[in-house]
Amino acid sequence: MLRYILWRIAVMVPTLLLISMLVFTIIELPPGDYFESYISELRAMGEAADMEEIEALRERYGFDQPAPIRYIQWVGGMLHGDFGYSFEYQLPVSDVVGDRLWLTVLVSFVTILVTWIIAFPIGIYSATHQYSWGDYGLTFLGLLGLAVPNFILALILMYFANIWFGTSIGHLMDQKYLNEPMSWDKAMSILEHLWIPVIIIGTAGTAGMVRRLRANLLDELQKQYVVTARAKGMGPFRALVKYPLRMSLNFFISDIGSILPQIISGAEITAIVLSLETTGPMLIKALQSQDMYLAGSFLMFLAFLTVIGVLVSDIALALLDPRIRLQGGSTK
Amino acid sequence: MILGADLLRIEDLSISFAMLGGRIDAVRKASLRVSPGKVTALVGESGSGKSVISQAVMGILPKIATASGRILFNDPLDGVQTDILKLSHDGPDIRAIRGRRIGKIFQEPMTSLSPLHTIGDQVSEVLTIHEDMSKDERYERTIEMLRLVGFSTPERAFRMYPFELSGGMRQRAMIALALICRPALLIADEPTTALDVTIQAQILRLLKDLQQEFNMAMLLITHDLGVVANVADEVVVIYHGEVMEAGTVEDIFRRPTHPYLKGLMAAVPHFDMKPGERLKALREVPVNASQLIGKSGGNEPPGPDVLLSVRDLTKSYKVRKAGFFRQPDEAPMRAVDSVSFDIRRGECLGLVGESGCGKTTVSKMLMRAVTPDSGSILFHDRQGPIDVLRADGAQLKRLRSKIQMVFQDPVSSLSPRMTVQNILSEPLEIHKRGTPKSRLETVSALMEVIGLNGRYLNRYPHSFSGGQRQRIGIARALALGPELLICDEPVSALDVSVQAQILNLLKDLQKDLGLTYLFISHNLAVVDYMADRIAVMCAGRIVELAPREILMRAPVHPYTKSLLAAVPFPDLDRPLDFSTLQTANASDMRNWSAPFRQDDDGHGLATADLGDGHLVLARNNADVRELRP
Repeated sequence: MLRYILWRIAVMVPTLLLISMLVFTIIELPPGDYFESYISELRAMGEAADMEEIEALRERYGFDQPAPIRYIQWVGGMLHGDFGYSFEYQLPVSDVVGDRLWLTVLVSFVTILVTWIIAFPIGIYSATHQYSWGDYGLTFLGLLGLAVPNFILALILMYFANIWFGTSIGHLMDQKYLNEPMSWDKAMSILEHLWIPVIIIGTAGTAGMVRRLRANLLDELQKQYVVTARAKGMGPFRALVKYPLRMSLNFFISDIGSILPQIISGAEITAIVLSLETTGPMLIKALQSQDMYLAGSFLMFLAFLTVIGVLVSDIALALLDPRIRLQGGSTK
Repeated sequence: MILGADLLRIEDLSISFAMLGGRIDAVRKASLRVSPGKVTALVGESGSGKSVISQAVMGILPKIATASGRILFNDPLDGVQTDILKLSHDGPDIRAIRGRRIGKIFQEPMTSLSPLHTIGDQVSEVLTIHEDMSKDERYERTIEMLRLVGFSTPERAFRMYPFELSGGMRQRAMIALALICRPALLIADEPTTALDVTIQAQILRLLKDLQQEFNMAMLLITHDLGVVANVADEVVVIYHGEVMEAGTVEDIFRRPTHPYLKGLMAAVPHFDMKPGERLKALREVPVNASQLIGKSGGNEPPGPDVLLSVRDLTKSYKVRKAGFFRQPDEAPMRAVDSVSFDIRRGECLGLVGESGCGKTTVSKMLMRAVTPDSGSILFHDRQGPIDVLRADGAQLKRLRSKIQMVFQDPVSSLSPRMTVQNILSEPLEIHKRGTPKSRLETVSALMEVIGLNGRYLNRYPHSFSGGQRQRIGIARALALGPELLICDEPVSALDVSVQAQILNLLKDLQKDLGLTYLFISHNLAVVDYMADRIAVMCAGRIVELAPREILMRAPVHPYTKSLLAAVPFPDLDRPLDFSTLQTANASDMRNWSAPFRQDDDGHGLATADLGDGHLVLARNNADVRELRP
């Protein structure tokens, strides 16, 4: 097992290197760089650009050097925590992101938690009461949740929350706390605002998870070992939890791999509609304005989380399922 | 206690299923009984309702089923009589009976145990549910039970997962699970159907021993009359949900009265058949091959006597053990190990062996679906020999039309999206035979050959029964006028009555069209009925090859002997000799007598000729006289 984990970690290195090359190429693909779009923006507004300053900046950040050297500098910097400089914000990338990162993690983490808490009982109920009115009703609600785009739900909720509760829903906290240090009031304000994005971002995920859990559980409920459990004299609920539910968890664990990157990038459009202080909108803006270090670091971070997520879910699967642990690698 | 004589008494049981567009009656007014300490066998073909009855006894019917009648269970422990049908679904009363007073084992030992929990966990769980015991007591009882069902190291088995065990050992674990609370009644639903014949004999013996030791009654559900004759005290025959005949095993086997039972008995192939004796299928299919004669090249000069010769065919698979830094184990698994045989023109060569012995791999190599590591296959066509392994282009295409295959599973071997006409004319289209009109004529002729009405041509496979589908598969194989037909377990997925029909059809076709068969099966009686010569395969090698009578009457190799000894006969005068049955694995070379074992000092195994075409695999320095019994 330990050998397996070490091997997986060793494999991550070339994977990440390949991804970093891809990311760098993609960022380099559009013609020009940040400074060119900056100059043309200034010109469009009728201002003269200070060419000397721009040339100095260009030189300082190595933009006059060929692409391979810039790539090596970029990767080398990331290795010791220097993610580069955001031209747009005129701050180091880590400072720009840092503030928003934990808010994003908070929103996403609560969303995932709520998704699981709602989806699990509903999924189990739907599967064990297949084709009942409850199943049909919940299925209908779930399909509704899947079909309605998040941002529309966001607009609707914003409107009603304003009318019914009088809270302004935009942002994750009251405007006055925006650039304040953490305090009790600020935390309460965040909690007060949190439920709206959680519900909006969570609906589609919950509906999807209910459907998948129901389908997986239904498959497992047909299996012979469920009959064995009943023939032992086990109570229906215990038999359900110990055997088929445990078996149907595999899909759920494999999902962890894709959940981690979603924590950071998820729900950009909803975040823009609600003006949330999360990282999603920032990534979009960075890509639009060719703020290459900011965008590149973001993409790399996402890739890193994906790779880690897949690793975590693989290890968890191996721990949970003896077939993977003991048969893995042997081919017939 | 008026009814005290019966442990289980089923009276007028009817079970029906609510389906889309109506109800299906699975069981109609069935009555039967199980006496304490006795074995009642419930015999029937698939779909006869026998498994549904067993589910009703435990109260584990599916929710869409409704049952009426009475199922009376007299618990000898407290003398209380319960009507199981009156107990609430999954209520505490029925749960106290399940697993504690009535145990059940199932057909598929792999799927009936959870792959995620250890054997020990699943077996001792029954104690957790029903008995008030400490953890240590439970562990001890479980270990004791595992030892009782034949685990040599129960402590190790306790921690193992089901997929780490062989099929036979899994079924033993299942038996331990069902019996750990010492139930008064054990329901065994086809307990040995999924197992090899030598393992089946061991499990039957174990069940019989335990049944006597615990003084337990058993309701045995099976389709195999051979198993019934060896294990049962009373027999109930069920057909389409209705009890046809019931009585003691003596009555049923010596004086069958109901036509269905008589027909069933006559449809089972057995070893005492006279040469030329024909099985009587319940529904015979008339063969009319006259239209195909001439198409298979009857006018060409007869070719050489040997149609196909196989020499030193070897195929090995690498087994990679877990661990990513470790090199794969260098010793590869030999699935097929220097197999040589000839098939003569017009004969039927039977290939017998247990699951995993490599017989299907051999057939795949003949069809070029698997490439062997070494060896040669020569097909002696009327126009000269073809090297099967090297043929390409037009020669390969010609070869393909000469060797055809009939598969085991009639469901998955026919595409559900093609009509019968498409299925049958596809080979002709691929080989560009004839015009669309002439193809249709050929297809109609094929339908007549297999005894199906030409009106069915536009139907899809799902509207046919298993036997009819298998006939369509045979017709497809015949479409190109082949010379050699490879039949890979063609009847093992079929019921006994249908099996006889297919076997007779194959026999008639062979006679009328002059076909040559390679007939692969695990069922010795079926091979005995079909084959002229029989090859026995074990662990990738042919251990014995002889004409049918010699192999059946005077087998030489210990593996062949144990295989023959393990076949249960549907005959009360020839019971299985449980005392001589080896508990050890019969296919393990270490259990064979010295002349057949591989030597430590370099003496390998070679084929020895005993005369009359009787070949046996023995040590290469062994004396031929020494081998004879």
